Amino acid sequence: MNYRAMRSIYLFEMARTWRTLLQSIVSPVISTSLYFVVFGAAIGSRIEEIDGVSYGAFIVPGLIMLSLLTQSISNASFGIYFPKFTGTIYEILSAPVSFLEITASYVGAAASKSIILGLIILATAALFVPLHIAHPFWMLLFLVLTAVTFSLFGFIIGIWADGFEKLQLVPLLIVTPLTFLGGSFYSINMLPPFWQKVTLFNPVVYLVSGFRWSFFGIADVSVGISLGMTLVFLAVCLCIVAWIFKTGYRLKT
Amino acid sequence: MQPIISVSNLSKTYATGFRALKNINLDINRGEIFALLGPNGAGKTTLIGIICGIVNPSEGKVTADGHDIIRDYRQARSRIGLVPQELTTDAFETVWATVSFSRGLFGKKADPAYVEKILRDLSLWDKKDSKLITLSGGMKRRVMIAKALSHEPQILFLDEPTAGVDVELRRDMWEVVRSLRDTGVTIILTTHYIEEAEEMADRVGVISHGEIILVEDKAELMRKLGRKQLRLQLLNPLDAVPASLGTYGMELADGGRELVYTYDTAGERTGITSLLQDLNESGIRFKDLQTHQSSLEEIFVSLVRKQP
Ligand SMILES: Nc1ncnc2c1ncn2[C@@H]1O[C@H](COP(=O)(O)OP(=O)(O)O)[C@@H](O)[C@H]1O
Ligand SMILES: [Mg+2]
Repeated sequence: MNYRAMRSIYLFEMARTWRTLLQSIVSPVISTSLYFVVFGAAIGSRIEEIDGVSYGAFIVPGLIMLSLLTQSISNASFGIYFPKFTGTIYEILSAPVSFLEITASYVGAAASKSIILGLIILATAALFVPLHIAHPFWMLLFLVLTAVTFSLFGFIIGIWADGFEKLQLVPLLIVTPLTFLGGSFYSINMLPPFWQKVTLFNPVVYLVSGFRWSFFGIADVSVGISLGMTLVFLAVCLCIVAWIFKTGYRLKT
Repeated sequence: MQPIISVSNLSKTYATGFRALKNINLDINRGEIFALLGPNGAGKTTLIGIICGIVNPSEGKVTADGHDIIRDYRQARSRIGLVPQELTTDAFETVWATVSFSRGLFGKKADPAYVEKILRDLSLWDKKDSKLITLSGGMKRRVMIAKALSHEPQILFLDEPTAGVDVELRRDMWEVVRSLRDTGVTIILTTHYIEEAEEMADRVGVISHGEIILVEDKAELMRKLGRKQLRLQLLNPLDAVPASLGTYGMELADGGRELVYTYDTAGERTGITSLLQDLNESGIRFKDLQTHQSSLEEIFVSLVRKQP
């Protein structure tokens, strides 16, 4: 393994985060705070408790997931799309690094960023609502697993995209709707029975549900299934990446 | 001695179906400066791209210092530095950061003293903390060379290093290339400036339409293909070349005021002595004369023109 190369890419990507601190960290924190003000305090006080948890607290895991997903995807997709766009990718392709090392470095950096971000949002949330985390280990596990999985997903999008529109298309048309409809702001038990069934096809439901369970011990679907679905999605992404690198798809001519 | 780069039966067909390289065979000797000369679209960048791992070959095999570029890509690539044709840099990085990054990327231990040396050699030291976006094109080109040298490669590819570069920088660059060669680095440069190949190279390869049409020692090439002309400015203009001088195949120029004799420098005898004697006997007198040797450029143009 070329650890020095991995370290170089990782640090390069992290340096990009610090350089664009405002965009990478501050703006998601602000927008999340606004959610808390609006949904937690203003509207939330009029919504009754869900399974014994106040609405303000109930939405915290969902909001963190929302940021985690969108940020993982955008960090990772941008991270690999940009060198492709400017042409600096030539250096990575000509370096003695394996595709596995390249992926691990980019995905690692993107996931690190969104994990840091998730924790910051969690801390921000604690300022607005009293929080108690029932299963801290599982909370971290879901956080890391989700960040890694969706960074990998973003990495694939970044390689696939051949224009800025495509780069934004998938997050906008697929990920955001799935997240909003994935039980971030409600328990799927609140839906009519038919929609409860439909919702089970939405992978985000499993993430939010598992994550929420680690906070409050309550879940829409069982934790084992949540974890299993996340791992399945991770495996699918890994297979796609392996294929991309085997064929050089959109990277080599 | 084993060649440092060996390309055998290499072909490339792009996804569009276009055959950019056709069965290339080429050996690069250790420690030489090799100029790959060819018009735009000949396949120079494609060939370099394959050797450096950016373009997938369709057929054939390449080794660098004995290592297969695909099977042993780590070994092969760690020996190679590439300065691509396009100026592509990370706008917001500093010179120092980007060169250090390249070194790490190639798996070399950080060595600030070495990075400093490269930056000084390329007159980049006082710009080391500048962001790349603030640099001129020429300076960026130097940064790209510094990046390519950061991991102490044995082989350096320069893809059109002086395209769009001012004269001063070009001289500087040639200086750098020569001093690198003196330290044992093998240099392969592509160019469509003949002047560059003529000035720099030990050997020249000519590529056209994806085929290597000639590889030759530069001096040998100039000797072999170099034709010399003797031009005589006559005192009295002529209407036609006198029949007595028919065997020399001369031509009249400048409205009969000039006689032009073309001869091969490779020949044992140039025939000049007897020509001058015969001129004297025919009573043709001249006031001045020059000789002119064809440049690599003329050779090149005539070679490429022969292609379909
Ligand atoms: N990605 C590509 N897809 C299709 N054709 C290409 C591609 N890249 C280069 N070519 C074609 O291959 C030929 C050789 O290109 P190139 O190697 O860049 O030539 P050179 O560097 O000698 O100017 C050109 O005709 C070019 O149009
Ligand atoms: Mg080219």
